[in-house]
Amino acid sequence: MKKRILIAAVVVILMSFAAYAALFVAPTESKMGTIQRIFYLHAPSGMVALLSFFVCFVGNLAYVFTRKPKWDWLGVSAAEVGMAFCTVLILTGPIWAHPVWGIWWTWDARLTLTFVLWLLYTSYLLLRTLVEDPDRRALISAIYGIFAFLDVPLVYGSIRWWRTQHPQPVIMGGSGSGLEPTMARVFWFWFLNLVILMIFLIHERYALEAMRGEVQSIEREAEAA
Amino acid sequence: MALLSNTAVLLGKELRTEFRSRELLTTTVVFILTIVVLFSFTFDPSVNESRRFGPGLLWLAFLFAASLMLQPCFLREQTNDTLSALRLSVNDPFAIFLAKLAANTLFLLLTQVLLLPVFSILYNVPVLGAFPQLILVMFMGSLGLSVTGTALSAISAQARMRELLLPLLLLPLLTPVLIASTEATASLLVLNPIMPWKWLGFLLGFDVVFLTALWLFGEYLLEE
Amino acid sequence: MTPASFSPTGIRFENIDKRYGGLYALRRVSLEVPAGECVAFAGRNGSGKTTLLRIAARLARPSSGTVNFLNGSGEKLATPPPAGFVAHATMVYDELTAEENMLLFARLQGIAKPTARAETLLAEVGLLERRNSLVRTFSRGMRQRVAIARALLNEPAVILLDEPTTGLDPQGTSWFAQTVRQLRDSGRTVLMSLHGESEVSTLATRAIRLDAGAVVADTRTGANFRSILAFANA
Repeated sequence: MKKRILIAAVVVILMSFAAYAALFVAPTESKMGTIQRIFYLHAPSGMVALLSFFVCFVGNLAYVFTRKPKWDWLGVSAAEVGMAFCTVLILTGPIWAHPVWGIWWTWDARLTLTFVLWLLYTSYLLLRTLVEDPDRRALISAIYGIFAFLDVPLVYGSIRWWRTQHPQPVIMGGSGSGLEPTMARVFWFWFLNLVILMIFLIHERYALEAMRGEVQSIEREAEAA
Repeated sequence: MALLSNTAVLLGKELRTEFRSRELLTTTVVFILTIVVLFSFTFDPSVNESRRFGPGLLWLAFLFAASLMLQPCFLREQTNDTLSALRLSVNDPFAIFLAKLAANTLFLLLTQVLLLPVFSILYNVPVLGAFPQLILVMFMGSLGLSVTGTALSAISAQARMRELLLPLLLLPLLTPVLIASTEATASLLVLNPIMPWKWLGFLLGFDVVFLTALWLFGEYLLEE
Repeated sequence: MTPASFSPTGIRFENIDKRYGGLYALRRVSLEVPAGECVAFAGRNGSGKTTLLRIAARLARPSSGTVNFLNGSGEKLATPPPAGFVAHATMVYDELTAEENMLLFARLQGIAKPTARAETLLAEVGLLERRNSLVRTFSRGMRQRVAIARALLNEPAVILLDEPTTGLDPQGTSWFAQTVRQLRDSGRTVLMSLHGESEVSTLATRAIRLDAGAVVADTRTGANFRSILAFANA
């Protein structure tokens, strides 16, 4: 218990350093101004969301082959944490886009991918609420999770090919590439922080799910007796 | 070999039951027709506009229709627990999926071939110029819909609210198919049609990825 | 029934656990049924009868433990022999005719001369004249006859019956009992779960009672035998 509070405190401190770095250390972007600072939260959130979905995919695969409940717990934990980062990504996008491009939303490749990702994993979590038997739920949602993750590169590829045929608003180049050195350092510091946050959240969510699984099986045992 | 002969026998059964009642085909055709007609009210269906919106409208209608048509795919095997009888009889459960997805592809392709001329007349978009190419695009698209749809109907059949669940699970997964099929169809409906090899290749990739996934994981969806 | 082209087969369950979620459907079931026995399973709903039969049919996979099939002298068989499974659900297609159903499953099972085999079996269950009618038009009793015919397609040495007579009228039940008697007397191993049919349960040579997924009584003779079967009739 004490250890968890300690880790939580470290995460909070790291996050406040990151916030400070984004607001005061990184130089103001010449064209976009202060609003560009949201980039340090926005872009790494997207990368970490993808990373969480990858963890979910690994959990799904491991569950199908081993049928150990722990992999199912990892799968659902990573999917939910990924959803959180994905939501941050979707919400910070328009906040940044509106002052810079003058529009809230554009169907650009990356934005669209994010939206589809968000829908895919909403479906994954929804499916889990609609199956009673825990083993069944774990198995069929794992297989859906595998399908969903396999779809990610295909969705991205198709949107890219499609959108590159049409005019699209100019956005910043690849993540971190071509950035001013201080900006790049702040960016990677944020990325590292969010990865730590992700691991911490998945770990906590996993512990909760494990406890829930145990309570459920005790309840069912009691019902049967 | 046993896989192929089992698939052929099962496909025969799927086709026989469907052509006896024609329930799926009639409802799907009427459903798509309804969407196509209703869509004409949402924009000005002049020739140029139709060329722009037509392919997307068609494929969106097919997508919705598929997500309804694939519902009974595994549900009807539950009525008399015929799924158990099939599992007891085949060596490789993949045959069950293969037969169902082949049947679904065929049904979808059939509705598309039936509705393409209707669409062409209603929206003044000539399709005869590139008809064989269009059929190829429709086939690849339908295969993509059927492969994922068959797998997901085995999933949704085991959950509550299954009628609502299948479209929710299926439609976001089909984003690549929608884009690729729409783009491929669009490039065949212009005045000087070009063969959309790029998009056909993409559809082939999609079909291969999910067919492989189904082959690897499908049997787990049927076990108890 | 058909001349015996099967070899007598027993079945051995070792430490079978089956969990659905956290709930045990079967708990540490160990049971050996030698070739040729006719076992009646009794127990309340949810006592694990269906699960045990579905595991024997290899439709369900046990969470732990093993199922082995044995030859006449009690040695393990390398490959599981075909089992004939009849349940309350008919396991045939209502939209197909009796003959189409039989041909479908015969072809899937790779049976030589499927047409002849289907006709023989349909004749045996007394449905030859109705073979071209859709199963949808059949009475419950006739549907169950198709179900039996389907289950016998591959000459099973082990017959698994999961509450097969539910919903049958008295006439249908006695036809069913007669059929099971013939199967038993031909040397096939029969495992059946029952739900209130005296005529079928009297055929049992062994009675086993399940409660909450465990074997609580197992007997071949004596007063207990009657009481377990009597429970099956309750």
